[in-house]
Amino acid sequence: MDLNYSPEELAFRDEVRGWLAANLPAEIRDKVTGYRHLSKDDHLRWHKILAAKGWSVPHWPVEWGGTGWNITQRYIYDEEFGLAGAPMLAPFGPSMCASVLLRFGSDAQKQRFLPRIREGDDFWVQGYSEPGAGSDLAALKTRAERRGDHYIVNGQKIWTTLGHYGDWIFCLVRTDSAAEKRQEGISFLLIDMKTPGITVRPLILMDGGHEVNEVFFDDVKVPVENLVYEENKGWTVAKYLLGHERMGSGAVGSSKRELAALKVLAAREKRNGKPLLEDTRFRDRLTRVEVELDALELTSMRFLDRMRRTGQPPGADVSMLKIRGTEIQQALTELMMQAAGPQAQPFVAVDDGQVDPYVSRLSPRYFNYRKTSIYAGSNEIQRNIIAKMTLGL
Amino acid sequence: MNFEYSDEQQQLADSLRKYLAQAYGFEQRKAILQSAAGSSAQAWATFAEMGLTAIALPEADGGFGGGAVELMPVMEACGEALVVEPLLDHVGLAARLLARAGSEAQRAALLPAAIDGSSVLTLAYLEPGQRYELVPQTTTARAEGSGWVLNGAKCVVVGAPLAARLLVSARTGDGVSLFVIDPRAAGVTLNPYRTVDGQRAADLRFAGVRLGADALLGRAGEALPLLDEAVDFATALQCADAIGAMQYANETTLDYLKTRKQFGVPIASFQALQHRMVEMFIHTEQARSMAILAASKVDAGVPAAERQRAVSGAKIKIADAARHVSQEAVQLHGGMGMTEELKISHTFRRLTTIGQRFGDADHHLQRYAGLG
Repeated sequence: MDLNYSPEELAFRDEVRGWLAANLPAEIRDKVTGYRHLSKDDHLRWHKILAAKGWSVPHWPVEWGGTGWNITQRYIYDEEFGLAGAPMLAPFGPSMCASVLLRFGSDAQKQRFLPRIREGDDFWVQGYSEPGAGSDLAALKTRAERRGDHYIVNGQKIWTTLGHYGDWIFCLVRTDSAAEKRQEGISFLLIDMKTPGITVRPLILMDGGHEVNEVFFDDVKVPVENLVYEENKGWTVAKYLLGHERMGSGAVGSSKRELAALKVLAAREKRNGKPLLEDTRFRDRLTRVEVELDALELTSMRFLDRMRRTGQPPGADVSMLKIRGTEIQQALTELMMQAAGPQAQPFVAVDDGQVDPYVSRLSPRYFNYRKTSIYAGSNEIQRNIIAKMTLGL
Repeated sequence: MNFEYSDEQQQLADSLRKYLAQAYGFEQRKAILQSAAGSSAQAWATFAEMGLTAIALPEADGGFGGGAVELMPVMEACGEALVVEPLLDHVGLAARLLARAGSEAQRAALLPAAIDGSSVLTLAYLEPGQRYELVPQTTTARAEGSGWVLNGAKCVVVGAPLAARLLVSARTGDGVSLFVIDPRAAGVTLNPYRTVDGQRAADLRFAGVRLGADALLGRAGEALPLLDEAVDFATALQCADAIGAMQYANETTLDYLKTRKQFGVPIASFQALQHRMVEMFIHTEQARSMAILAASKVDAGVPAAERQRAVSGAKIKIADAARHVSQEAVQLHGGMGMTEELKISHTFRRLTTIGQRFGDADHHLQRYAGLG
């Protein structure tokens, strides 16, 4: 039994930490730690910096530009990003689309798309959910009809995160509506968002922010060469992607940073003349979150250790990291807002010096983070996964 | 990084489980509880034979030089089987404290019998009405002649009715001291009983108990840090015991969900129950992580604040998880979970006791917050 990182792993951690301290632009870090949305330029700028260092796609095979790091190093890398307030690259291109291309793509597709994803030349987004297909993804209705060397796509996607930044979108579409099982009529298509017939409409969330969108497809022409894997085999691709890389979903590093920020805030705010941090009611709630986070960090490391020993992917029970990780993130945003008390009420930061712009972001942040237990497989779906796959229920 | 038990640890835990399955099954345990002694001399002797009493004692004293990490799988097995023998109090609390605080002569006089199992040791430190306070409020020892005179009261001393020697904390002047006493000495009164989870315990009264100079453990007035460390060590072991009990609660509840039928189907098919089972499972895994952390920190010889933080954090998580898991396990069993006939009701009582012993969640929330 040894709970510590090895000297080599600690050296690696220090290397990542040092590099981030020297290379993460302060403006981007301040946006992350100040809870402001990143612009497309921010995303691309950070992507280019990482690509120049050779760190934009650590988990890829080395021949395509991966770093060859083991799972522990990749975990450390993610955690250090969270601790430093460095944004993770949007996962849609580097993690999701690339994983699919590496596993199912043709050589031509790999050559065409992977280098541009690695270098941050194209911003990718995901076209999965539809108004009638959320957790029940196989109910999707967006149609792609084959016309010679093209598909004609009609339908609607929803919850398209950063869809307004998108250059390309990967979509699940229905190519056979007569298939006996509805999973058997689905295909995986890559679509250039500049194609005529695509409309992106913002969905403003309750924090007032523009993060997600609806994407409408109206007779959009997509070349057949943009089909990944076989026609009507898209569900195989989708399932592969859903099971991919869930180790980081606990977000331990960024929650540690948030916890530290919460303590600073709660030490500054007063209750009955004493720092709120020393108020028993508040402190007990904070401590329970802190303990749950400590536990989650060790649980994550136990998963890493199991993966290292067995050489196997994490298994269905890794869903617990997503469940507890998002619960912790939500609890922290709620405590932050509560720590600010009445000052959390101004909705928009104003420039007259009366409103602390940091504090005024706390309520919207709390609102925004309700998403975490809904997205990426709702926590109820994660519990279904553990119930079925781990407990055999 | 390595979270595996060593082969040696695993083998020991396996042979202990094998023994418990054969000699300490649910029905056999019931017979032990109903016996006059309320404990099993045979099980105790076997534990000693297996070396469980020696694990956490220094090699110089005839022990194996291990710590809480080595005892963790042992305690898990005890938690699964709901062992009522005072192994934790003997091994984790009293004998280890004696080894750390005692003189060479005291160790030589008492530890061989503690290791071979012929004498049970336990620690009396809690006092009536003082909850988890480590500083004695009513028990005092005053110097008289070359020795001491002990007065006061202790409560819920687990293992006391079986013990050959008691370690007793007492106030001496401004400080806290530890004494070894014979429970049969003149002036000592035992009020023995069974705890709600079936362990033998007693409340004690000391009325002018005369002790020799050699009864004092370590230096007079300086025992508080030792006591604090000892209780932390025992708390870490108790966390492991809780993991074993929760593991059992989950396994038996899962099994019940899959076999119990209502409305013509196994109740496992109901999502309302599935998600609750998943929560029990996650609570247990998170608690296990904290139990591992506590065990490794009490072994690592880290500064007191770091050890206290890990142990209190673990106890907060374990107390919350034990409450959640035990309550849900009974609920998911329905009426049968309420009966003495199923082991789960006994596991419920064990997990409830664990939540209250060595500081409840509120106690540890306060200590944790005090560490900054």
